Amino acid sequence: MTASAPIGAELGAGSSRRSLLGERALGWLEEVLPTLGAIVVSLALFGAFVALAGHSPLAVYAEMYRGAFGTWFSLQNSLLRAAPLMLTGLCTALPARLGLIVIGGEGALVVGGLAAGAVAIPLQGSPPALVIGSMMLAAMLAGGAWVGAAGALRVLRGVNETISSLLLAYIGIAIFNHLVEGPLRDPASLNKPSTPYIGDANMLGNLPGLDVHWGLAFGIIACFGCHVLMEHSVFGFAARVVGGNPRAARLSGLNVPRLVILTCCLGGAAAGLAGMVEVAAIHGKANASLLAGYGYAGILVAFLAGHNALGILPVAILLGGINASGGLLQRTFGLPDAAVNVLQGILFVVLLGSQTYRGRLRLRAARA
Amino acid sequence: MNHLHAASSSPGRPFLSPCVPARRPRPRLFQGLLVALACLGACKQTEKAESTATAALTPAASAASAAPLTVGFVYVGSRGDYGYNQAHAEGAKALTALPGVKVREEENVPETVAVQKTMESMINLDGAKLLFPTSFGYFDPHILTMAAKYPDVTFLHCGGLYTEGKHPKNVGSYFGYIDEAQYVAGTVAGLTTKSNKLGFIAAKPIPQVLRNINAYTLGALSVNPAVTLSVIFTGDWSLPVKEAEAANSLIDQGADVLTSHVDSPKVIVETAERRGAFSTGYHASQAALAPKGYLTGAEWNWEKIYTDYVTKVKEGKPWDHLVRGGLKEGYVKLSPYGEAVSADTRKKADEAKAGLAAGTLVIFKGPLQSNTGKEILAAGMSRGQTDIELEKMDYLVKGVKGSLN
Repeated sequence: MTASAPIGAELGAGSSRRSLLGERALGWLEEVLPTLGAIVVSLALFGAFVALAGHSPLAVYAEMYRGAFGTWFSLQNSLLRAAPLMLTGLCTALPARLGLIVIGGEGALVVGGLAAGAVAIPLQGSPPALVIGSMMLAAMLAGGAWVGAAGALRVLRGVNETISSLLLAYIGIAIFNHLVEGPLRDPASLNKPSTPYIGDANMLGNLPGLDVHWGLAFGIIACFGCHVLMEHSVFGFAARVVGGNPRAARLSGLNVPRLVILTCCLGGAAAGLAGMVEVAAIHGKANASLLAGYGYAGILVAFLAGHNALGILPVAILLGGINASGGLLQRTFGLPDAAVNVLQGILFVVLLGSQTYRGRLRLRAARA
Repeated sequence: MNHLHAASSSPGRPFLSPCVPARRPRPRLFQGLLVALACLGACKQTEKAESTATAALTPAASAASAAPLTVGFVYVGSRGDYGYNQAHAEGAKALTALPGVKVREEENVPETVAVQKTMESMINLDGAKLLFPTSFGYFDPHILTMAAKYPDVTFLHCGGLYTEGKHPKNVGSYFGYIDEAQYVAGTVAGLTTKSNKLGFIAAKPIPQVLRNINAYTLGALSVNPAVTLSVIFTGDWSLPVKEAEAANSLIDQGADVLTSHVDSPKVIVETAERRGAFSTGYHASQAALAPKGYLTGAEWNWEKIYTDYVTKVKEGKPWDHLVRGGLKEGYVKLSPYGEAVSADTRKKADEAKAGLAAGTLVIFKGPLQSNTGKEILAAGMSRGQTDIELEKMDYLVKGVKGSLN
C-alpha cells in the first residue's frame, strides 16, 4: 500500500521511541490547531459583537460557561441538547465520507419519529421491551429508507443528493403533517394534533443517575460504532476510497452503488433514531413539536466535526452548551435570542475557513 | 511527495485521527476510552461539589425569594412579533409595575426539552416561583413533567387544558373566549367590505381556529347577508412567506378585508395595506403596521389575568385552576377602530359588543348549517359561550368558502 510508505520512512527516521511519540503528538497538534484557532477567533469576533451590543464580553462568556457547563444542572442540560445532534450529525457525516453532501437529516428524523409513533399504536399492551425495540427498528428503517432513497437516486439516476435529500425532507414533513393531522391522529388531541400516547411503560426514561434521557447513550454508542466502522473496517476503508475517487474505486472493483446506498441508509437510520428518541423519551407521541430543526443543526455539527464520527461528540456537546446558555444570556443581559445564532454562524464560517489550513500547517521537521 | 499527499486529502478528513489506514488503531482507541473515563470521573466530582453547593445555598436562596416574587415567562416566538407572543409580553410588562415582583423572560423557546430546561433554569438559577410558559404546546408533556418535579413552583398555562384530578395541583390554565372579539371584528368587516368578499388566513383546522373563523363569519353575516369568507390554511403557526402568498392570493380573488389566526399577523396586515385592502388584527394590535386599512382587531388582554394571578400567588391566596372569560370579564378586547370605520359601523359593532358582554347575544345559535350542508343547530337551539361542545368544533359554517382537508 503506497499510503504506508511515507509512514514507514518516518518510522525509519525516528531513532528512538520518544521522538516517535513526539512526532505523533505534533502530528495530532497539526490536525487540531486550526480547529482550536478557529474557536479562539470566533470567540474574539463574538466578543466584539457583544461589546458593540454594550456588554462586557468576559461577563457574557462567564455567564455562558455557567449556563452551559458551570453547574451539574447546566452540564446535563448541555448533554441533553447534544444528544439529538450526535445522531443527526451522523446523517450528514457518514455520507460525506463517500463525498456526498446530504442535508436532509430533518426528513429522516421526522419520518423516524412518525414510524415510531405509528408502530406503537397496534403494540399497546405488549411488553415494553418489544414496543421500544419495534419503535427503534421502525424509526431506523424509515429514516434509513429516506436518506437511502437520496443515495440511490444519486448512484442509480445521477440526481444530486444535496437537492434530493432536502426535497425528500420537505416531502417527509408533508407526509408527517398529513398523517398526524389525519389518519393517525388521536381524536382526543383537539388543538394539538398528535398520534396516540405510547403509554408510560413504553417511555425510554432517563439514564440511571442522570437527568438526561437514553438518547445520549444512543448518540455516543452510534458515534463510537460509526467511528470503528468508518476508520477500522474494510467497509469504511472502501467507503473512504469511494470518497477519494469514485472512478478509481469502481475500477478497483468496489461496488460503489451498494456502498453509497448502505452508508446513506446508515446515516438516515441514525437520524431516524433521533426522531424515535424525541417520541419515546420526551413527547410520548409524534406531533409537530418534532420539527425543531435538529436535522438541520446536524449538518452544522457534521461539518464542524470534519465528518469524523468521534469528532461529532465534542462538537455536539459544544453546540448543546451554546444552546443551553442562550436562555441565560437572554435573561441576564437582555440579549436577543439571535445572539447565540450569531455565535453559531461565526463559528461555522470561521471553522470552515480554517479547514484550508488543515494539512498545510507543519510543526514536524521537514523531511528530506 | 509526503506533503502533497497530506494537502490533497479529501475534505472528509478525520478530526482526531489521520485517515492513513496502515496506522495501528488500538492505542488511540484506548486513549479515547481513557479520556471518556476521565471525563466521567470529572462529572462525578462536579456532581458532588454541586450538591454540597446547593445544600449550602438553599436556605439563603429561599430567604431571598421570600421578599420579591420572581415570575418567569416563556415564549415560543419573538416578544415583538405583533402577535401571540407580543400579547403575552405586554401582559408580562404590566407585572413589572407591581411592587415586589421580578419578571424574567425568555423568547423563541421551541416545544421540546428546551422548554423544560428553560423552566428548570428559571427555577434553579433565577429562583422563579411562578411560571407562565405561554405556548399551547408547552403543556403536555413539558409543564406536566416539570410540575411533578417542582411541586412548590406554580405553573400557569395559556390554553385552558387543566383537568381537575388528572393534572398536578400546582398547575393552572387560563384562556379567553376570543371568538367574541372576532364576532365583533366580523361585523366591522361585513359593514366595511365593498366586494362582499372577506379573506381569512389560518394556521391549522383545529377547534380553536375554526371557532374564530366561524364567529368572524357569523358576525359579518349578521350585518351583511351577502358576505362570503374564503379561508386558506397555511399548515403551521408561523410561516410568513406562505402567509404573504395567501394574502396576495385572497386579494387577487377579490377579497377586500383580510384577517387571520396565525402566531403573527404582521405580514398579512402589511400585505393588505400595501395592496390597498382592509385588515382586522388578531392577538395584539397591528394598527401601527397599517394606519390606513386597519379596521379593528381581536386582542387578548392578558394584563388583567396576569395581574390577578400574581397578586393572589404573592399574597398566598388560593387561585383558580381554570380561568376563562370573554369581553365581560375583560380577558379579550378590541383594537380601537381605525379611521376607515364609519360612524354607523362603529355603532353597530358597539351594539354587538355590548350584547356579547351582557350575554344577551349568542354567537352559535340555530338555525346553523355547515358549509357542506350539514345541520349543526336546529332553529331555536343555541350553544352558549361556556358550552363544552364548542371546543370540539369540526365544521365551517355556511358562508365560508374552504374545506377542512
